[in-house]
Amino acid sequence: MKALVPVKRVVDYNVKVRVKSDGTGVDIANVKMSMNPFDEIAVEEATRLKEKGVLTEVVAVSCGVTQCQETLRTAMAIGADRGILVETSEELQPLAVAKLLKALVDKEKPDLVILGKQAIDDDCNQTGQMLAALLDWPQATFASKVEVADGHATVTREVDGGLETVKLKLPAVITTDLRLNEPRYVTLPNIMKAKKKPLDTVKPADLGVDVTPRIKTLKVSEPPKRSAGIKVADVATLVDKLKNEAKVI
Amino acid sequence: MPILVIAEHDNASIKGATLNTVTAAAKCGGDVHVLVAGHNAQGAAQQAAQIAGVAKVLLADAPHLAEALAENVAAQVLAVAGGYSHILFPATAAGKNVAPRVAAKLDVAQISDITKVESADTFERPIYAGNAIATVQSADAVKVITVRTTAFDAAPATGGSAAVETVSPVGDAGTSSFVGRETTKSDRPELTAAKIIVSGGRALGSAEKFTELLTPLADKLGAALGASRAAVDAGYAPNDWQVGQTGKIVAPQLYIACGISGAIQHLAGMKDSKVIVAINKDPEAPIFSVADYGLEADIFTAVPELVKAL
Repeated sequence: MKALVPVKRVVDYNVKVRVKSDGTGVDIANVKMSMNPFDEIAVEEATRLKEKGVLTEVVAVSCGVTQCQETLRTAMAIGADRGILVETSEELQPLAVAKLLKALVDKEKPDLVILGKQAIDDDCNQTGQMLAALLDWPQATFASKVEVADGHATVTREVDGGLETVKLKLPAVITTDLRLNEPRYVTLPNIMKAKKKPLDTVKPADLGVDVTPRIKTLKVSEPPKRSAGIKVADVATLVDKLKNEAKVI
Repeated sequence: MPILVIAEHDNASIKGATLNTVTAAAKCGGDVHVLVAGHNAQGAAQQAAQIAGVAKVLLADAPHLAEALAENVAAQVLAVAGGYSHILFPATAAGKNVAPRVAAKLDVAQISDITKVESADTFERPIYAGNAIATVQSADAVKVITVRTTAFDAAPATGGSAAVETVSPVGDAGTSSFVGRETTKSDRPELTAAKIIVSGGRALGSAEKFTELLTPLADKLGAALGASRAAVDAGYAPNDWQVGQTGKIVAPQLYIACGISGAIQHLAGMKDSKVIVAINKDPEAPIFSVADYGLEADIFTAVPELVKAL
């Protein structure tokens, strides 16, 4: 069995981004970029399934600028066998990415596509579900446990109020939640080995996909600032402030 | 053109998130219709009909709609979608699961987690863990949207008198099935709807201490309990208590952060709270930069004192 694992290059999660003063977007020039944390979990899960003998091949895919190659190399250092870069400098929105991934799925014919539940830059949480819809495959989003056997995937999902388990007929799409696994550290030998793994590059046009954005960003602004608070000396003052000043208790 | 809201419900009753979504829908202009897809869901449909501002309720009732599987619910939404200019879901686990599936089938972009309706095609939504607000405009014929429930008031649950119209249910997609559910038992108010939230972080040290220290405070205030990712990952609190970018987004009247440092991912989930109180012994903790009232103290002495003082 084969799995496709889409990975996204995003601003590192520790970076506090700044909004550009002209309101056109956030300033990501010279900012540290990394693999989206949820995608790392997806690569880790696919690698574990391969180590268990469930999968025979793991293909990492990334869509975007040339530098996404680095993200693919990281995926290969974790355990992906090869990488595909869909190279474009256009802004890609989830629907466009889902269409690009569908074209690759039609070509690669995987049994599973494992994605992160959301990217920490656009915070959309859409691509996996959209891909499942375009393929007419079942989906299990927000996975915290995955078991694959007998042509089915049994997935425990994190939902409001607790956990829910669903059983999907393969092929299927799974999106990962934080607690699915703990991604391994990539070791230096594995980084070296990853450099030798094959990485193919295609263009959206090769896949016959129109990636024109459907949603226009009119402006990006700073969120409203909270007015500065105060430090209180003791519990009694705190209670007094909450009762008489803020009137919330 | 009318606007369709996909109700979140447990078949017997409507969940609160639906009410906030109805408010957002009303701001898009046009009559608001509500779709209740479920099994033996007459109770939920009747409640939906009472919501002020709802013009019509569509009820699709079939056994395979009972557990809200994405494949079946999305197909049901698509079956009734014709004629609607907007399709709105609450941005809950259930809404986020289904909405993109509907959008992709309609070949339209989806707009996630809107916090403001500027006009029928222009919306505000937070990006980068709430560190920036994007104003976006959709050129698509149908707008498929998820609504951040804490950003909109709840529509009154009574006062409406919409007609309930039964629509024929779609067939079972048959590619997925529901196996089971493990619900976190709680007598407390629901986290996203609570007026007061008491939240704990890594500093609690263990699940026992988490319960021992924070439960009395939450009881005293009638508050819901929340947690940071660190506390959840360490096993001090269940997953669905997590407040943050990838957990629940809350905006209570009062948020009390106990032993939480205040990473940007956590702040993304609670910084719209009306009043924020931080209790932390580290004076440099970033949580103090958003707290209205900060108390620099050891939580293990300050919290019991606070309980006593209330």
